[in-house]
Amino acid sequence: MGERVLMKGNEALAEAAIQAGCRYFFGYPITPQNEIPEYMSRRLPEVGGVYLQSESEVATINMLFGAAGAGVRVMTSSSSPGISLMSEGISYIAGAELPCVIMNVMRAGPGLGGILPGQADYFQATRGGGHGDYRLLILTPGTLQEAIDLVMKAFDLADLYRNPVMVLVDGFMGQMMEAVEFKVPEKLELPDKKEWAVGYRKERGRRAIVKTLSLEPDPLEEHNRRLQEKYRRIEKNEVRHESYMMDDDVELVMVAYGTTSRIVRSSLKALRAEGIKAGMVRPITAWPFPYEPFKKLPPSVKSVLAVEMSCGQMVEDIKLGVAERFPVHFYGRCGGNAPSVEEVVRAAKEILGC
Amino acid sequence: MKEVLIAERPKSMYKVSTHYCPGCTHGIAHRLIAEVIDELGIQDRAVGVAPVGCSVLIYNYIDLDWYEAAHGRAPAVATACKRARPDLAVFTYQGDGDLASIGMAEIVHAANRGERISVIFINNAIYGMTGGQMAPTTLLSQRTSTTPYGRDPKASGYPIRVAEMLSTLAAPGYIARVSVVKPKYVIKAKEAIKKAFLTQIEDKGFSLVEILSTCPTNWGMSPVAATNWVEEQMIPVFPLKEFKVPE
Repeated sequence: MGERVLMKGNEALAEAAIQAGCRYFFGYPITPQNEIPEYMSRRLPEVGGVYLQSESEVATINMLFGAAGAGVRVMTSSSSPGISLMSEGISYIAGAELPCVIMNVMRAGPGLGGILPGQADYFQATRGGGHGDYRLLILTPGTLQEAIDLVMKAFDLADLYRNPVMVLVDGFMGQMMEAVEFKVPEKLELPDKKEWAVGYRKERGRRAIVKTLSLEPDPLEEHNRRLQEKYRRIEKNEVRHESYMMDDDVELVMVAYGTTSRIVRSSLKALRAEGIKAGMVRPITAWPFPYEPFKKLPPSVKSVLAVEMSCGQMVEDIKLGVAERFPVHFYGRCGGNAPSVEEVVRAAKEILGC
Repeated sequence: MKEVLIAERPKSMYKVSTHYCPGCTHGIAHRLIAEVIDELGIQDRAVGVAPVGCSVLIYNYIDLDWYEAAHGRAPAVATACKRARPDLAVFTYQGDGDLASIGMAEIVHAANRGERISVIFINNAIYGMTGGQMAPTTLLSQRTSTTPYGRDPKASGYPIRVAEMLSTLAAPGYIARVSVVKPKYVIKAKEAIKKAFLTQIEDKGFSLVEILSTCPTNWGMSPVAATNWVEEQMIPVFPLKEFKVPE
């Protein structure tokens, strides 16, 4: 603790989970996140945990259902097509209000796509993927240090809200190496899982049923209303973002998350060096999305530019925040390509007409 | 004459009527599980995983901690529950569509890993709750709502023998096929269910009991005819026996 170490992204994510008290990992190999299960298979037995390679992503997510329902800290990791296979199970977990952490180290799609990095699962993460009215808390770190801190936070948030939390990173972050530090997070007061988890019938004095079926319309509607109230609480309490170089006279606001935000950060330095007043709003939670900073943009703003490794999925959220006060532009690369600093600078200058 | 109590409702069963059709044998299977749980004294640490299908509401009848799994995924849910809490007695209750069709991967791999769980597999050769469509266990020539001319092996393959298939694996400890359509079968079925739970409790591996059951409604038969049909048509295809017993 307190020591800075050089680690590969995927391994840092895995170690952070262990430091957060995760002792159960179920997963199925898929590139580019394989170092996470490999690391877990080595480390979990050392700390008295269980690593199990399942037969499929479909089984994996239902193993999370089983472990979370038994009241333990559990996690899986996968990449885009694997998350698609898990989507049904994620809906069940959200419906049954079970806490767990899901890491999506995104690659480029659709379909098998490629194994190179992408950010095209934004819709899937923030709008569902699975069926029914449910939400996941989506954390989108921009550095490995932030990823570690957010993974630790993710387990607390999952327990606090009894809701699955997804850590959404791209393949670059999984594969890059950075100096990181594992800091013990402050202990939160968390609800006792023995109140609702299976296996505590004797201690509790009554049985537990972990289920999602509700054949009568009124109780199901009531359950959905209660879930929505929880989601409103999350929107109120857990929305996170970073404002970077957002001076009062900023003219161009760039929006990016994950690896793309680092490219934008470098682009901003280049633009500022040329006297161009540009800044960045970086969502740290993709759901709940940080609409507030966009509602509060100063009148000096001329344009907003979204930069993504997708075809512009986050643009819809930005437009909701901007509410037609400013034009929203998009620059992105996909298929496993990343925007270069030069490309982003060029796109910014074109928008500003300079 | 002094009154002697020779049978009563199992302690772990609620005093309620089930929703099952007349002649359906889910109720008998439920009762046998409850009796075994009572006899083993494990009500406080038994956890069931309910399937999809007619028996999705099994938790309304048996007083235990329960999960309700998605279609076919009960073995995955049970696997993780047992891995997280090895002190619990974890079992799944699954029909033939659930276990042998959509959930085939989960059951094969849970068995192959030797998960310390017990599986109660209800085989009635048809999809019940969805209205009588073909199951993987549907007999050749059997008419269902999706094999209106009878199951043709050229089009739909052959009935899958789950107990035999899983018996080829090294890890399972106990695998048996029983029935519950006549009292003589019921007694053996209960013995098998008890052995399945003991296999788990004694840490001897995965266990599965396949129970040949009825579906008079979707078979289009009277309860008595359905009972006879199991004996005359199903047992020759799905022989009753213990395929694997713990060493």
